[in-house]
Amino acid sequence: MGGHSNYQPKSAAEKWLHERLPIVEFVKTTALDFPTPKNLNYWWTFGGILALMLVVQILTGIVLVMHYTPQAELAFDSVEHIMRDVNYGWLLRYMHANGASMFFIAVYIHIFRGMYYGSYKAPREVLWIIGVLIYLVMMATAFMGYVLPWGQMSFWGAKVITNLFSAIPFVGEAITTWLWGGYAVDNPTLNRFFSLHYLLPFVLAGLVGLHIWALHVPGNNNPTGVSVKSGQDTVPFHPYYTMKDSFAIVVFLIIFAVFLFFSPNYLGHAINYEPANPLSTPAHIVPEWYYLPFYAILRAIPDKLGGVIAMFGSILILFVLPWLDTSKVRSGTYRPLYKVFFWLFVAACIGLGYLGSKPPEGWYVTFSRLLTFYYFFHFLVILPLLGLLETPKPLPSSISDDVLAKKKPVLPEGKAVPAE
Amino acid sequence: MKLFTTLAAAAFALLAVPAFAAEGQKDAKDISFSFEGPFGTFDRGALQRGYKVYKEVCSACHSMRLLHFRNLDEPGGPGFTEEQVKALAATFTVKDGPGEDGEMFDRPGLPSDRFPSPFPNEQAARNANGGALPTDLSLITKSRAGWYGTFNQLVNGIGGPEYVYSVLTGFEQAPPELAKEAPEGKHYNPYFAGGHWIGMAPPLTDGQVTFDDGAPNTVDAMARDVSEFLAWAAEPKMEERKSTGFATVIYLAILAVLLYLVKQRVWAKVDH
Repeated sequence: MGGHSNYQPKSAAEKWLHERLPIVEFVKTTALDFPTPKNLNYWWTFGGILALMLVVQILTGIVLVMHYTPQAELAFDSVEHIMRDVNYGWLLRYMHANGASMFFIAVYIHIFRGMYYGSYKAPREVLWIIGVLIYLVMMATAFMGYVLPWGQMSFWGAKVITNLFSAIPFVGEAITTWLWGGYAVDNPTLNRFFSLHYLLPFVLAGLVGLHIWALHVPGNNNPTGVSVKSGQDTVPFHPYYTMKDSFAIVVFLIIFAVFLFFSPNYLGHAINYEPANPLSTPAHIVPEWYYLPFYAILRAIPDKLGGVIAMFGSILILFVLPWLDTSKVRSGTYRPLYKVFFWLFVAACIGLGYLGSKPPEGWYVTFSRLLTFYYFFHFLVILPLLGLLETPKPLPSSISDDVLAKKKPVLPEGKAVPAE
Repeated sequence: MKLFTTLAAAAFALLAVPAFAAEGQKDAKDISFSFEGPFGTFDRGALQRGYKVYKEVCSACHSMRLLHFRNLDEPGGPGFTEEQVKALAATFTVKDGPGEDGEMFDRPGLPSDRFPSPFPNEQAARNANGGALPTDLSLITKSRAGWYGTFNQLVNGIGGPEYVYSVLTGFEQAPPELAKEAPEGKHYNPYFAGGHWIGMAPPLTDGQVTFDDGAPNTVDAMARDVSEFLAWAAEPKMEERKSTGFATVIYLAILAVLLYLVKQRVWAKVDH
């Protein structure tokens, strides 16, 4: 896709560079001229939004590190020093903290979009798998970042999550001690989390590079799920999608700004403004909102090891999604039953998120178990069967045909006539 | 299919269950403050009076270790003058040193000093307060929620300042069934996050602090003022944050409109 290039170096300097490093040609073919389906809707803008959020997190993080002290006795106060004494420190820190939440909102929309339109299906399995890897690394990075302010929820969240590894038979205790760097969550734990929290975003950046590479081989999926047939179906990425994405990014930034400037602590936990105290356990230890569905799955299983397996399984199952879905039709638009089950699955995830924020007692446990069961049932039973049982609606013969079919009146020759 | 519909219906029914206060505390009284909302700013008079309440009442037991005296004349704060801050700081005694003779010594506070803590360490604080530790107040309005619930907090805020106000004005006679098991030296306060029984005796009485501006000094008025002061202490850059936010959102909104028009223009000749 987009292999052939019409780049001609214009000046002598460009020619000189081109012969040594054809970077200008590379950017032109892969970023500017890249043929992109012309029917992408706004759900497709979240890829660009996510790329921007990664940059925002890395830039704010780099400056925060200039003022933060990764030491158990000093970490909490150094964050307050950033909030109170560093010029625009409050802005950097709230941007970074709320940015993490916005990053996850965008990634969840991006993942659900991929699920609805079947973007994980051949030939995009590797693209999808790299995406799941990105999501896993994001979760690890965010978890370790939340520990760094060393407040009460930082400390107790770190304790609960690292304790999960003790459920592994025989070596669990040893692994937990190894993760902690001692016999309790303490300064060594904070130090290694800080080190990894600084490292992993660059791993993420590398994975994002692979993700984009894997995207550029088959090209974008699109709302019809029908592959690009001809040049009629595509437009160059620039200026069509650079402008559309920019608009979407700015709208997203407005929502980000509203949280950041007017309700910066809404997405966090009040108790994390209390310094970590190993002797005082908070009444309810609740992870950040973006982990809540998995936290509900963890607690739904009565056995600790079983809970850990279910929780990790609920994410790992995404790796094999391309092979669990047996339908050859990509887009949910043409799958009347899948559409229903997709939304039920979204509802189940939101339900699990709600249950994860509640104490594990009474009906909350019952519903957590039902929805956990349904979560796996969706992947392991519904998706494989649906592909065999469902009768999909007829697919359009091409993207252009579909676009034209939606225009009225239908043009006689099925060709796009430029508007005035 | 029917099973799944039932399941989904059950999931939605669950979402409608009202959230309960996680800590079993009574929801704080939702009084209104001048600094609420996207344009709210602190009331300088209230901040100055609140400082006086802190100084004369709270600071006997509660530290505010993250505050410096210099913060008191910074923009967006109580608006004391530099001279006033010097005078205010000097009313505190600060331990400094070692001096040239190798000994620690006491001196009057300076604007660059942190608010000194009333007790030298946690053990001394507990010993003087019947085993209870008076919380540091630097972040109290951010580390406590007045109420819980995802939608409740989205609409009404997190309620930290209201929490402080409610605890200060919320001492009452314990219900008879609870009064029997009253812990030694504890006071009943349904708003307290730590489980109804608080180590602090009702700290305010009507007319306790005299305000220079002649503002009312009832328990209610003093509790409001000190809650506002503590809200500023926890978030001293709030006014800068809101005004920056206002400009940012306006800028982004204009940019969004322009980008939308550009995008429409670019796409005008393509069916999509």
